[in-house]
Amino acid sequence: MARGVQDFVERNIWGLSIMTAIVLSIGGIVEIVPLFYLKSTEEANRFPEIVWPQAGQTPIVTLDDSGREVWNWKAGDGIRPYTGLELAGRDIYQREGCYLCHSQQVRPFRDERERYGHYSLASESMFDHPFQWGSKRTGPDLARVGGKYSDEWQRQHLNNPRSVVPESIMPSYPWLDKRLVKGKRMRWRMKGLRLIGVPYSDADIEATPALTADKTELDAVVAYLQVLGTMATLKPGVDYRE
Amino acid sequence: MEAKVDSAAERKYDFDVVRWFTIMAVVYLVLGAAVGVYIASELAWPFLNFDNPYISFGRLRPVHTNTVIFAFGGCTLMGTAFYTVQRTCGVRLWSHKLAWYTFWGWNLVILLAVLTLPFGFTQSKEYAELEWPIDILIAVVWLAFTFNFIMTIAHRKSSHIYVSNWFYLGMMIMIVYLHVVNSLAIPVGLFKSYSLFSGVQDAMIQWWWGHNAVGFYLTAGFLGIMYYFVPKQANRPVYSYRLSVIHFWALMFGYVWLGAHHLQYTALPDWTGSLGAAVSIAMIIPSWGGAVNGMMTLSGAWDKLRTDYVLRFLIIALAFYAMSTFEGPVMALKTVNALSHYTDWTIGHVHSGALGWVAGISIGAIYHLMTRLWHTRLWSEGLVNVHFWTATIGTVIYVVAMWVAGIMQGLMWRAYDDYGTLAYTFVESVAALHPYYAMRAVGGAIFLFGAVVMLFNVLMTVWKSASEGSLREARGPMVPVLV
Repeated sequence: MARGVQDFVERNIWGLSIMTAIVLSIGGIVEIVPLFYLKSTEEANRFPEIVWPQAGQTPIVTLDDSGREVWNWKAGDGIRPYTGLELAGRDIYQREGCYLCHSQQVRPFRDERERYGHYSLASESMFDHPFQWGSKRTGPDLARVGGKYSDEWQRQHLNNPRSVVPESIMPSYPWLDKRLVKGKRMRWRMKGLRLIGVPYSDADIEATPALTADKTELDAVVAYLQVLGTMATLKPGVDYRE
Repeated sequence: MEAKVDSAAERKYDFDVVRWFTIMAVVYLVLGAAVGVYIASELAWPFLNFDNPYISFGRLRPVHTNTVIFAFGGCTLMGTAFYTVQRTCGVRLWSHKLAWYTFWGWNLVILLAVLTLPFGFTQSKEYAELEWPIDILIAVVWLAFTFNFIMTIAHRKSSHIYVSNWFYLGMMIMIVYLHVVNSLAIPVGLFKSYSLFSGVQDAMIQWWWGHNAVGFYLTAGFLGIMYYFVPKQANRPVYSYRLSVIHFWALMFGYVWLGAHHLQYTALPDWTGSLGAAVSIAMIIPSWGGAVNGMMTLSGAWDKLRTDYVLRFLIIALAFYAMSTFEGPVMALKTVNALSHYTDWTIGHVHSGALGWVAGISIGAIYHLMTRLWHTRLWSEGLVNVHFWTATIGTVIYVVAMWVAGIMQGLMWRAYDDYGTLAYTFVESVAALHPYYAMRAVGGAIFLFGAVVMLFNVLMTVWKSASEGSLREARGPMVPVLV
């Protein structure tokens, strides 16, 4: 039988094409499709408290009449979409290729827990289009870098890494401090993300130009780095992953 | 090496486009390797970033990967596929125009990549960085390439489809799946888009693409090259037909599953990673079957290795293929992966495959093609030997440096001192890597030198053919042809 099939496809290009196309599709279907419907994939299905319940209804941050930021979300309140400024920082993180040397994915090992913190959950990157887990640690993991260093340290480090870490081989990014974030463009990008399922409220989007006014790209990257890994409160002793 | 003017083949087949793909492949090999040596040097000596955004590591690294994979690899695949399919089917390409459209379209993709990546226009998916307008162009050109290939086979004179063409075909179909699904994104600007998928699903789709860009683009396609050019250069039939059938179907079925092994111990569900690892281990069997099939093709002709430098390239490539396809499954084992993942061991593994296997088999095939397409001997066979040794030594230095670096890195990260605290800070592991990063840059530079020698030899061979008039002679008296 098998010999007959092989002989047929060797003589018939359309048979060979169709059979190859079918064989090639199996692995991908089996491994990818269930990730979209299996409830166990996202920890948020079992632990709904790790997601900020007000995402999409209450704006994350607004400006009051005197131009001060008013935050409706604080660290630990749960996973939420990025603010316009953080998203701008994330776009710059991608633009500069940071993901090529920094992973954002802590594995469940003792040394990684001590070095980086709690292991990463799938739901922590549920609003990450695309994911930034990375594949290489030429530099350290950044999944939980938020709050580990001061804003001032981060700024100096990005401007000139070797001024704070002499052995570092990271490039300097002096141009970030010289460019302003384009708030109107960020509003457009947030609308794009909302189209594919990121829960932004109108207020989140409309507040972005004011919230990013006079902010430099350096401010944006620091805002992004400082929120990484700080959104959800993960309790010790709880088995988030089966 | 034969040096005869094959006028019959030259008039029967459509070789012009193959000639151009061949030359461009060598040009891109030099460029891609040069950028690679530069970014390797940036890691060893970070002042080389010069605080210049356009040449900083994060922006140049995709230029390197895109140039070697899509420019060098792509031109090699397209050139050899167009050559092999004509020779094994006994007919001209189905469409001359579509073939040229493929050539110009693909080179336009490469030009656009070089014009966008240094400016930071990227989807930030590894090996799929190009932004959505270029992705659409890639899809259109790729379909033109595939369609022309299939239609040429449909019009073949032989009754059976030769094994090389199965592998090329499998690669073409799989790349359509991978490229289309992984590139789905919502455009939010001319050169900015966000992936349609997020988080864990996006990660799985990306590495389904990522590993199969290796498994199909860089392996299945190049196995197509192997199954035609090794028997041709050795002047022996393929060792075992049965083995090639098993090799083909096992590879088509199995490779697709491997992407998940890139995400072991991450937030990807355990069942997916373990499934990927299990199939990865099983893949040793078809991979080694293929390697054995290629090498044993030399049965009774082993002495040719002593005199035929081109054959040496093809055979050392198969040795690297066997080595890499053993190393890969080992690295997919969960315990090994826990150590090797995120380290330079991965980079070493990739380059033993990329420099040893992919570049080796391509270089061998290109030297073979030079003699057939320009109807003359190579300008210098001595320089082929120089290239062989520089490529091999450069690759070995590179790979060994990265093995040592990677394993050391992995061990330093997990080392504890007597008090039960982490023995090293992260930056201590960075500092410890410096000598190996320098050694890697040296290995890469030696490989690059060989590539420059090749480009010189190839251009001199074209010049030699022109001065001898061998290509003109093969083409025969000019007759008006409608194209």
